[in-house]
Amino acid sequence: MKSNSDMTAAYIDEQLKETHFHPRSSKFNVRNAWGVWNGFKFADYYYDVDFEYFCVRNSCGTYDICPMQKYYITGADAEAMLNRMVTRDISKLKVGRVTYLCWCTDEGRMIDDGTVFKLGPNSYMLTSGSPCIAWFKKGAFGYADVKVTDMSDNIAAMAFQGPTTCEVLKKMGLDGIETLNPFNFRHFPLNGDSDKKLMVSRTGFTGDLGYELWIAPEYALELWDALYQAGENYNIHPYGELATGMVRLEAGFILPGLEFNEALKTVRFEHDQTPFQLNLGWLVDFKKPHFNGRKALLKEKEHGPEYTLVKLDIDGNKCAEGSYLYNNEKLKKHIGYITSTMWSPVVKANIALAMVETKYLKGEIWAEIYYSKEMRPHLKVAKCILRTKPFWAPARTRAKPPLPF
Amino acid sequence: MNNYDTIIIGGGHNGLVCGTYLAKNGDKVLVLEASDELGGLAATREFAPGFKASVAHTLFHFSDKVAKDLKLASHGFDINTRPMANVSLNANGEHVILDGWGSSSKLSGVSEKDAEKYREYQQLLKRFADVLKPFWLKTMPRIGSSSFKENLTFAHLGIKMRMLGRKDMGEFMRVATLPARDLMDENFDSEQLKALLSWDGLIGSKMAPRSPNATILALLYRMSGIHEGAHSLPTGGIKNLIKALQGSATASGVEIKTSAMVNKITIQADENGLKTNGVELDSGEIFTATRVVSAIDPQRTFLDLVGVQNLEIDFVHRIKRLRCDGYVAKLHLALSDLPKFVGLDIPDGRMVIADELDAIEFAFDDAKYGEASKKPVMEIVIPSLSDPSLAPSGQHVLSAHVMYVPYKHKDGWTEKAKTQLYERVIDAIERHVPDIREKIIHGEILTPFDLDKNYHVNGGHWHHTEMSMSQMLMMRPTYEAAQYSTPIPGLYLCGAGSHPGGGLMGGPGHNAAKEIMKEKS
Amino acid sequence: MKKYDAIIIGAGHNGLTNGAYLAKAGLDVLVLEKNAYIGGAAISRELQEGWTYSSCSYMSSMLRQAIHRDLNLSKHGLVLVPFHGMVNYGTNGEALLDYSDAGVAYNHLRKHSPHDADSMFRFQADLARYAQLIRKTLMRTPPDPTSFKPRDIKELLWMAKEFWKLGEKELYEYMRFFTTSAEEFLDDYFENDLVKAAMATPGIIGTALGVYSPGSAYILLHHVMGDLDGNSGAWGLARGGMGAISNAIAGAYKEYGGEIRTNAGVDKILVENGKAVGVVLENGDELYANVVVSNLDAKRTFTKCMDKKDLPPGIYEKAENFKIRGSSGKVNIALSGLPKFINLPDNRFINRGMQSLVGSIDTMERAYDCWKRGRFSDDPFVETVIPSAWDPTVAPPGKHWMSCFVQYCPPVLSDGGWTPEKRDAFGKTVIDKIERHSPGFKDLIVHMEVRTPVEIENEVGLTEGNIFQGELTIDQLFFNRPFPGYAQYRMPVKNMYMCGASTHPGGGVSAACGANAAREILIDLKKPNSVPEDSVYDD
Repeated sequence: MKSNSDMTAAYIDEQLKETHFHPRSSKFNVRNAWGVWNGFKFADYYYDVDFEYFCVRNSCGTYDICPMQKYYITGADAEAMLNRMVTRDISKLKVGRVTYLCWCTDEGRMIDDGTVFKLGPNSYMLTSGSPCIAWFKKGAFGYADVKVTDMSDNIAAMAFQGPTTCEVLKKMGLDGIETLNPFNFRHFPLNGDSDKKLMVSRTGFTGDLGYELWIAPEYALELWDALYQAGENYNIHPYGELATGMVRLEAGFILPGLEFNEALKTVRFEHDQTPFQLNLGWLVDFKKPHFNGRKALLKEKEHGPEYTLVKLDIDGNKCAEGSYLYNNEKLKKHIGYITSTMWSPVVKANIALAMVETKYLKGEIWAEIYYSKEMRPHLKVAKCILRTKPFWAPARTRAKPPLPF
Repeated sequence: MNNYDTIIIGGGHNGLVCGTYLAKNGDKVLVLEASDELGGLAATREFAPGFKASVAHTLFHFSDKVAKDLKLASHGFDINTRPMANVSLNANGEHVILDGWGSSSKLSGVSEKDAEKYREYQQLLKRFADVLKPFWLKTMPRIGSSSFKENLTFAHLGIKMRMLGRKDMGEFMRVATLPARDLMDENFDSEQLKALLSWDGLIGSKMAPRSPNATILALLYRMSGIHEGAHSLPTGGIKNLIKALQGSATASGVEIKTSAMVNKITIQADENGLKTNGVELDSGEIFTATRVVSAIDPQRTFLDLVGVQNLEIDFVHRIKRLRCDGYVAKLHLALSDLPKFVGLDIPDGRMVIADELDAIEFAFDDAKYGEASKKPVMEIVIPSLSDPSLAPSGQHVLSAHVMYVPYKHKDGWTEKAKTQLYERVIDAIERHVPDIREKIIHGEILTPFDLDKNYHVNGGHWHHTEMSMSQMLMMRPTYEAAQYSTPIPGLYLCGAGSHPGGGLMGGPGHNAAKEIMKEKS
Repeated sequence: MKKYDAIIIGAGHNGLTNGAYLAKAGLDVLVLEKNAYIGGAAISRELQEGWTYSSCSYMSSMLRQAIHRDLNLSKHGLVLVPFHGMVNYGTNGEALLDYSDAGVAYNHLRKHSPHDADSMFRFQADLARYAQLIRKTLMRTPPDPTSFKPRDIKELLWMAKEFWKLGEKELYEYMRFFTTSAEEFLDDYFENDLVKAAMATPGIIGTALGVYSPGSAYILLHHVMGDLDGNSGAWGLARGGMGAISNAIAGAYKEYGGEIRTNAGVDKILVENGKAVGVVLENGDELYANVVVSNLDAKRTFTKCMDKKDLPPGIYEKAENFKIRGSSGKVNIALSGLPKFINLPDNRFINRGMQSLVGSIDTMERAYDCWKRGRFSDDPFVETVIPSAWDPTVAPPGKHWMSCFVQYCPPVLSDGGWTPEKRDAFGKTVIDKIERHSPGFKDLIVHMEVRTPVEIENEVGLTEGNIFQGELTIDQLFFNRPFPGYAQYRMPVKNMYMCGASTHPGGGVSAACGANAAREILIDLKKPNSVPEDSVYDD
């Protein structure tokens, strides 16, 4: 029988990859609660979900986004290629700005969403939750001067979110960070060393004040140490997938696999979604030059989407996990289903995102909620109230400069 | 004023056919041809001083309907000429010869059993060809369409199939996808005959006798004309057909410009989307039009002239991945005298050098890996026999289609590779024409790579897009563009890359014109 | 003289399945087997003391779970164990590892090509879509498109509806997929040659086509449309070898009262007044039945077991033209220890699963070129599995047996027939190839059995040793299988049926052919019908 250490060596290939921050972040993962994201070992949570959730809402927390996919799109035709691929008008984006956007199939079905950073006149960075390189390469065909480079493994990235983040970054020595406005990014020297270029963008997935930090992998640990030293008195702590799932739902952000299916990976074509169904019609710009899916999306806009993603405030405190929605209390007619739901600790409400047939949006919405009390199943029929604004959108999120916490 | 109702890109036979129909219907039509001669791959050009040839060297299914509609007879084209014998050459002079039009053809050089079998085979294929015949000159319905009217075409096909009777219908569905080799093995003993009959199903494609799914359909397609697939040369040669098409076009008011290379199909954008409004030439000259009809291949049309930025990503991908690489090279020889074929008095037929199915199969094997066949197989025609104007008096032109020669050579088409290919081809001919080398004044071989460059056809493929099953009927060239209209409003296709396909037939030009007129009315 | 309700010729898994459903309906059934043992090509044989080979078919994925459940095969000892870990070797021994964990498999693929790792998601979704549609047809009797019977028309309309549901884009892609080559189909997804080659291997297994031949994409699907426990494309081993499948079905059959006679090869099917009435055995015995069902392949059934004069005109010729080409070989090897393959971590899963010695797209095609010329390649495609690493019952403890499937192997050589010397030379090319990937492998060999198409035909009776009982090309699929007009299991002679893999849906140890045939027989006999039409799992 082999010793344990031999076993580990033999199975090293079977183990998930570790992110650039792993040597530090794994120390925090006292519960060994690991999940997986794009082949990386990825924390579901480190210590306690609620604790981490309140770090984001109350002080500050870091979220390892190394597994997120990052692509450089460069060359004289980069703008033309990107603009044809995504639904927003990239030509308006200035260097130093970031924008949220999505890209669709020929049929106008959403492949994925992400952010684009304009790094220079002919240089962009595109991020996405899942790998998309095959699609980008397809989209780059026919353009003489454009290069798509997968930088996913070559950039260490970390989201830093919460009301005290600006203060901590100031402590860390990022001079002028308070002048960095939402959806802008800028480079700072790490620890005063101009060779160690730290890119900071005021972006995030929490609906709160926050930043994302991007750096070459060799400086990842130095960044972690500097940040944790500066944040020591500000309750800094890493937060995992589960806390992210909570804060993003309060902010009304969508996730693949919950709110939408990535269109290139669905077995049945009717199981994917258009941006209009996801309430992302504002991302589709029909005034810009031709873009992929335009014809289909124009048709969708004219007819109106069959389903619409909505925010619901549900009576009571029982989570409507996987619930069907109905147009009245009698539960006769399915009009939709819940995609994500939770009890929101900050707004003290039972909130959810749901796909509802557009034509029923004007009427009543009722949820059929099954829950268990000491192993006994119970059914509750709860009324749902439609919300148009995010459940959580404090002024500090977009304040210029950030307010004192 | 450079403004037209219709601009046709490409003055090949389909472009001319389409343009003429539309002009007759009252359109102001302009045909733009990149080279200085009309006719595309059917254009006759001088390859050596005093010697001329066209890439397409015989006719086998030119549409009699098109000929009649466009009154080609009054412009000097006679569709009813002499059939050419199909001759399977044997180095010992024991040839298998198939002579005459389709049903009335005579087969010699085979056993009584094979001759008897051939009659049955010919009749069976004729019945199958008749089922498909009405559909070659019809627009195919769009796949997945729920429109009753569109699906009537499917219903019509269903009825035609049922009318074959249960036995034939079942057999039709089996035989349609059979590899040529299996169909031949089921019917005949003579290897030469098998190779000869398979030839027309294979030529032009990246397929060999053992390849399933498309070769029999290609045979049936070729049997669609009034001559049931037999080859012929019209009086005055192929150039007479082009001349007649030109005459008919001009008489109908079509304006023709040669040496007019289209550089771009201009696209206009507004809130509702894109539409085409004309073309721009290499020279920078701009022509505007209500619609642009492209007779050139789908890849050039969409990828080069429209540009990917105006198209959807997956659509572009479907166009890009089309099987478009040619596998046939063209040989032209200027000869000081009529060559002497072993065992043939006058070489006025279509001579095929492929004495067994394996000869074709093994020639194909080399091409799969990007090499020209070590032992090429080919068909040879001496067009100067029926059109003496192609060569100086007493001298002749030999024209041959040579398989398999890949568009992409694994080391690139260097002069050395071309010379090697040329020598191999002449060696193969020499076995049947021992004195060939003495008679050659000049010779040229055009690989698919050369055809691409000289004739502006992607991949140098005569059919613009291979006639494989997934690129035929309502899938030609892809489902969004199979009804001649394209994702760009105002832009249409009318070339060989559209249904029904390649060969000098006029089908795509005819169908596209009908479709455009239907939309207009 | 006893007269059975039904006689079934051939105790392969389809014959036994057919018998089980007939016996279940209360019929008096006899299954005849020429060998001393049952199972056809799904057999377990102890050819070396202590070692049990699955000497022909060696893995299971397609066995219809509806039948497994319906005939209660677990009760009769059948356990299908999914196995993990797969390695594909390129021309230079580079290894493409496929781990069972999705995240890890993704990471490994990404090392070869990030593009292909991404594309794999789309590839899997597309294949799942194609497989779902085909899977629905496996347990249904193909309609006759030339018939006006309500049942046929209803079935055709059902199919048309299923197809139309795909929508125009998928319908187009589907039709392309169905008619294209494995290479071209895969080219749409992958750019790395090894990835492409590895994914193409199911497209050539058992078939006389190459990766470049149109139609090979469908063969690929045929191999990955199994749905072991709902895991599309998963493969498993039958505990005790593939014979366990036949034995379990035989167990069910016997429980329903069925009778099996071994060492009872059939010489001829007896036909009187245009009706099948029984069979004559090789020993001259005559046996009578109301219904005769042949589980032999179509060519053998009509050209070897029937008189031409007993058949309607044209049938004999159709059978002669039936494409049933030998293209595969098999080598079974008893090993004194577990072989160690190159470029692998010391990981029990990846070392003991499947080693696919792929080479490249071109080497696979060149092996096909050899087959076309009546030769075997010295660089064949070899797929090896070591069932003993998962199944404790098939080799002594610490010892192993390896199944090697070889594509291609011609049924007849260009330089004449097979001889023992040539067979051994063929075996040597396989062993040499394995040795290149597993140095020291040869020293582990205790016993080895080499099977060319000749050996397969001689033992199992499959014409030319074709593992599918007939090529899976469109001209021989669905309502064309085995011949147009005879796809509903009824044969041209009255009271005669076919239930082997020569019928829809073809080979692959699915047992669906046998079950579907039983459905039609029971309809004709107006007996209670319990043959399931649907698969167990929802889409």
